[in-house]
Amino acid sequence: MSLAYYPGCTLKTKAKNLEEPAIASLEVLGFKLEEIARWNCCGAVHSLADDDLIHQVAPVRNLIRAREQGKNELVTLCSFCFNTLKRANLLMKANAEKRNTINSFMDEEINYSGEVRVVHLLEVLRDEIGWEALAQKVKFPLRGLKVATYYGCTLLRPREVAIDSVENPIILHELVDALGATPVDFPESTRCCGSYQIIRDPGTISAYAWNILSSALSHGAEALVLSCPLCDYDLGQGQKELVKRRDEFKGMPLFYFTQLLALALGLEPQVCHFELNYGNPESLLREKNLLP
Amino acid sequence: MSVTVSPKRLRSEFVRKVKELSGENIQLCYQCGMCSGVCPAAPDMDLSPRQVIELARLGMQEEITESKTAWICATCLACTVNCPRGFDLSKLMEAIRLLTLRKNVDHVRPEQIPPEERDDIPQIAMVSGLRKFTG
Repeated sequence: MSLAYYPGCTLKTKAKNLEEPAIASLEVLGFKLEEIARWNCCGAVHSLADDDLIHQVAPVRNLIRAREQGKNELVTLCSFCFNTLKRANLLMKANAEKRNTINSFMDEEINYSGEVRVVHLLEVLRDEIGWEALAQKVKFPLRGLKVATYYGCTLLRPREVAIDSVENPIILHELVDALGATPVDFPESTRCCGSYQIIRDPGTISAYAWNILSSALSHGAEALVLSCPLCDYDLGQGQKELVKRRDEFKGMPLFYFTQLLALALGLEPQVCHFELNYGNPESLLREKNLLP
Repeated sequence: MSVTVSPKRLRSEFVRKVKELSGENIQLCYQCGMCSGVCPAAPDMDLSPRQVIELARLGMQEEITESKTAWICATCLACTVNCPRGFDLSKLMEAIRLLTLRKNVDHVRPEQIPPEERDDIPQIAMVSGLRKFTG
C-alpha cells in the first residue's frame, strides 16, 4: 500500500538516520512511503500572529500538492513539519475568512479547504498497522534495552494536533514495548528541549538537556528514543557540554524511533546510519548483543 | 513590583496592538500562575509569564519591551495546554516579539552565528529560529 509522504528539509540532509530506516521498515511492513512531487519547506513553525497569513502559504501549498496528486492523507516523519502542516490544515478547515484570503492569494492553485488528513508515522504504526501485528513482524527483539520515551512538544501541543494524550502519552511506550525493548517512562518526557533557542543562545541548551537526560537516567534508562530532529540536535549538543562539565555524566545514546524499528525488523544496521547519532548508540547495542 | 495604572495606558495603542496581533482575549487571565509554573524557561526569565500577561493588559509597554521574557520563550506551548482559562499565551509572546521585529529590529543576526554552527544546525532550527528572531 502506498502512503503519500512529506519528508521536509532536515530529513534530506541532517536526519537521514530518521528517514532511511523509516522507508526501509515500512517496506517490510507492506507500505511504500511515496514522496509527494514538488514539495517545499513547510516553514518549520506555525505562524501565531492573527494577521500573518503569508506564512501559511508554504504549508498550505504542500497540502495542495498532496490533494492534486489525489491523496487524502499525508504522512510526516519530522515532528516540526507534522505540527506546522497540521495546524495550517486546521486553519484552512475552520476559518472561512482566512481560507478565502489564502485561496485568493494563490490563484494559480486549486482551492483548498483542509481536505487532506495530516498524520505522523507513529500514528500509522499504531492505527493502520497496530502494535500486535507489528510485534509479530519483529525478527530481532531488542531485549534488555532500557529506553526512555521522549516526546518533546510538537507531537502533543497544541491539544488539537496531539497524536496522543497531551498529559500522559503512551504511543512511544507501546512502540518500544512491541519492539521487545523495555520502555522507561519518566516525568520530563514532554518537557521542551529548548527548541530554536539554540540559535539565540547555545549556552542555555545544556541546562534544558540536563533536566531531561538526568531524569531519564534516574528512572533507569540507558538510552532515549525520540522523533524530532531538533530535539535530537539540542539533546545531542547539550550532552556534549554536559559530558565535559559533569564527571558523573557519561552521555546518553539517542535513537530515532525509526532506527529501533528497523533494527527490530531485522534490517541491516547500515540503513540506520548510526554514525549520525549522538551518544554512541552502537557501543550500547554491541554491549547488549543487539547488533547482528 | 509596583506599577501605576492609568486610563491612558489601558486604552493605549500598545494594548490595542497586542490584542490585535495575538487575536486573544487577554482579559480571560485570572492570574493563577499556572503558566509560570509549567514553563520550562521561567527560571531564566526576568518577568514571569504571568507577569507578562498582567503588564501587557495594563499597557506597561516599556516594562514588556525591555524584558527578555518573550525572547526566551521557546513556544513549547506548555502554558497553552495547561491554562485553565483557555488563554493562549504563546500568541501574546509572538505579538510582543513582532512589535519589535516589525520595526525592522532583529533580535538575532544570522551573520553572527559562527559558520561552523551554521553548517551543523538542522534546517528546522535555523528556519524556526530566524522566523522567531528576525523581521
